[in-house]
Amino acid sequence: MKNDNKWEPKIVTFLCNWCSYAGADLAGVSRLQYPPNIRVIRVPCSGRVNPFYIIKVLQNGIDGVLVSGCHPGDCHYISGNLIARRKFALLKSFLEYIGIEPGRVQFSWVSAAEGGRFVDIIEKVTSDIKKLGPIKKLGKWQKETEHIKEILK
Amino acid sequence: MIEKIKETVKKLFKENKIDIFIGYNEGTLPLRSTPCFITKPEDIEKLVWNSYCSNNLAVYLPRFFVPQQGAKDAKLPRIGILAKGCDGRSIVGLIKEHQIPRENIYIIGIHCGGMIDTKKIKKVDIVAAEEKNDKVLVEDEDKRKVELKKEELLADMCKTCQYTAPVVYDILLGKEKQKTSKEDREAFIKEFEKKPLEERWKYFQEQISKCIRCNACRQACPNCYCKECFADQTKPKWIGPTNDISDVMFYQIGRIFHQAGRCVDCGACVRACPMDVDLRVFTYKLIKDVKEFFEYEAGVSLEENPPLATFKQDDKQEFITEP
Repeated sequence: MKNDNKWEPKIVTFLCNWCSYAGADLAGVSRLQYPPNIRVIRVPCSGRVNPFYIIKVLQNGIDGVLVSGCHPGDCHYISGNLIARRKFALLKSFLEYIGIEPGRVQFSWVSAAEGGRFVDIIEKVTSDIKKLGPIKKLGKWQKETEHIKEILK
Repeated sequence: MIEKIKETVKKLFKENKIDIFIGYNEGTLPLRSTPCFITKPEDIEKLVWNSYCSNNLAVYLPRFFVPQQGAKDAKLPRIGILAKGCDGRSIVGLIKEHQIPRENIYIIGIHCGGMIDTKKIKKVDIVAAEEKNDKVLVEDEDKRKVELKKEELLADMCKTCQYTAPVVYDILLGKEKQKTSKEDREAFIKEFEKKPLEERWKYFQEQISKCIRCNACRQACPNCYCKECFADQTKPKWIGPTNDISDVMFYQIGRIFHQAGRCVDCGACVRACPMDVDLRVFTYKLIKDVKEFFEYEAGVSLEENPPLATFKQDDKQEFITEP
């Protein structure tokens, strides 16, 4: 790190064991470059990702979350990602509704053969979250805003 | 109407079809009716039916059917229940989620004309109240009488009620009431959606900061039957014990999101809230989304699968990030 003052986002990615994790592995084996901002958590299936994980991650000061699974129809467990898709559609819409920036939480499909696509997605997500800046909402470390202090009085 | 209810309940006890009946009786305060559990036919006379019977009675059902340890062959009680539209839909939800057996529940459906939201009456010192057709006569300590229109006092969810009577029932009483249009129902959500992001966040923060984590919304909700709520879990410990706004937000987002595809907009959480948190603007959003994305309405049919337990090949997918 040359410039210590420069803020770099932290992004947690939940990758499914059978497709996206292998996709990330392929990107690495093929020596493709992608931003080093992501932290990978391997899950058995995108359907395993509890919406609470995502909120908890944001609460603990991570700037963005990406959940990635197999393409629809390719799930190792047949329908895990299709059930997850319904959950995430509601979660994303709900988080935006209460005022969390749309780019903070993202979902994608990456297969085990798509190392290139994985790189593209990580680049996109990282640049999206860089644009949004550090997370200021939901966090535990965060002091109550002036607005809230006024109400609590 | 109340005579008809009493008659029906009497008949049910006489024919030995039910062991317990859940209905309402007179509350200790004016403008309140409290839930009551009737086990003896002579208590039937206590029952009342008026515009203050706002509690969702379905919340009491699951606890009758919790398996007891060591009592494998225990006989399950047969329960009769008075169900308004929202209660009836909650019961359907509970049956679908295998919390209560359909054959042990006798649903007396009733066409509901909407319930009064007592928070809408500004006067504090009401000592007596009387209901006459579409008006409510309120009397304060100095014996001054004020006539209030029932229509103006209706709870928000009752104003836009879509199912005034349960869809699944054993017997249905009363006359059919008018339904509201879809536009009317979703207007307040659409209005909120149009606001800029920061303003929505500000409102959410403002509402959530009022919450004292008393868990009254959870206790009042018929869908919140989990034996151990995520808020109480210690392994994993989702939420810290403080009333730090971040913890409260996690609790509220978690609880509201748990109701996705299950909430019937009965308003039990809103009524139970001692701090007047505007929960409905968030719970109804999920009802609207579930309807829009998956064409599903909670508590309307016993056959349809819950929306989050099933899928379609061509579900909405625009939100997926593409490189």
